[in-house]
Parts: sequence; structure tokens; C-alpha cells
Amino acid sequence: MDANAQASVLITHEVGLHARPSVKFTKLAKTFPAQIEMALTAHGPWIDAKSIVKVMAAKAPKGTTIHLRASGEGASDALRALVDLVERDFDEGAAHARTA
Amino acid sequence: MKSNVGIVIVSHSPKVAEGTADMVRQMVGDEVPLAWCGGNPEGGLGTSVEAIMNAIDQAWSEAGVAILVDLGGAETNSEMAIEMIGEPRAGRIVICNAPIVEGAVMAATEASGGAALKDVVATAHELSPA
Repeated sequence: MDANAQASVLITHEVGLHARPSVKFTKLAKTFPAQIEMALTAHGPWIDAKSIVKVMAAKAPKGTTIHLRASGEGASDALRALVDLVERDFDEGAAHARTA
Repeated sequence: MKSNVGIVIVSHSPKVAEGTADMVRQMVGDEVPLAWCGGNPEGGLGTSVEAIMNAIDQAWSEAGVAILVDLGGAETNSEMAIEMIGEPRAGRIVICNAPIVEGAVMAATEASGGAALKDVVATAHELSPA
């Protein structure tokens, strides 16, 4: 079992961690049993990455590095999946280019 | 998947209700039972107890149903609908004190992860000033 994991990832999605990306992010976070937290600086404040209200309220724009930490079962798998999602622009990159 | 909490949207305007439901479907997906109603039986702005009861039936889940409302009558008619549905289901239907669009999206996001009714409602309530 993983004890703790940490990661950080740069948001490249055009609108940042906005409504739809936030929903995808928290939905993915919820699929893992680990406790997962997110912050906009390496020193916090840390918010629950499974809370849609808190993640959306963070309003992280494009160009922000988000910091992630997790503890408990599957902690490193969870962070790998979340970093992946952010790096894939929340699977919205192509759709955005088309509608832009 | 009917094990997730259902979401019902009740607005005075069918356009608002349908548009809110569209946002939930697009942003959150299909894992959450969802129904909406809006307008009075004459086709004007308003809400109808019967339409609300039908929407609750449509979105019914054993895990319960969270209702998002807009103004006054939407809430009182929803309360009446819950009363008419009666126990045991009434105990698993909650009206959220939250803005209708934001509340519906947030509540559905929480519900999509399999959260219990009380957690779905709490998520919607986080949006309202304490």
C-alpha cells in the first residue's frame, strides 16, 4: 500500500480549471480511495480534491501549476491519473479548437 | 445506473429547467438519474405539483432524490409533491437550498461518484452563504 504521494502539473487548458474541467477532475479523484488534496502553491492552502465546490472555487487559470498530494490506498495511482487528465487538457483540447 | 442519487430540477420556466438539465448532462454525464419540470399546466410560467411528482418518479433512485428549485412556488409545490408521495419515499427526497443551475451541477457531480443523499445535499448547500 502506498503511504504518501506528491505531484505537480501545469494547467495548459485554455480556460483553466473551470467548470467542466473541475467536474472531470473531481469525478476522477472520487474514483480513488486515497485522500487527495490540491493546492495552488507548494505550501497550500490544501483543499479536498474530491470536493467539486472547493475545486471550482479555486479558479485555477491556464498557466497555474497545481500541486497534488495523496495518502492512503492507491495514492500514487490516483495522482498519476489526475496529472494525466490535466496534461491531456481534460480531453477537451480538440473540441475547444473546433469551436474556437 | 439507478444506485446513484437522482436529481430533479424544478423551475417556473421550462426553458430554465431544460437548460439546467442540459448543463448537467453535458458537464457531468449520464450516470445520474435526472428529470426536470417547469411551467404551469396552462403553458405559462409556474410550477405544478403533478409535474414535480412525475419528475421525481422519473429520477427516482433507491439512494434518494435531491431537488433543485428556483423561486418561492417551486419550493412550496415541491414540498407538497413530497408530502403527496408520502412515506417511505418522502424520507429520501430532499429540497436543496442552493442556486438552481450551480446546485444542480454540483449535486450531480457529487451524486455521480455514488455519494449518499446527505452528502449530495451538503455539496449543494456549500454554495449558499452560511
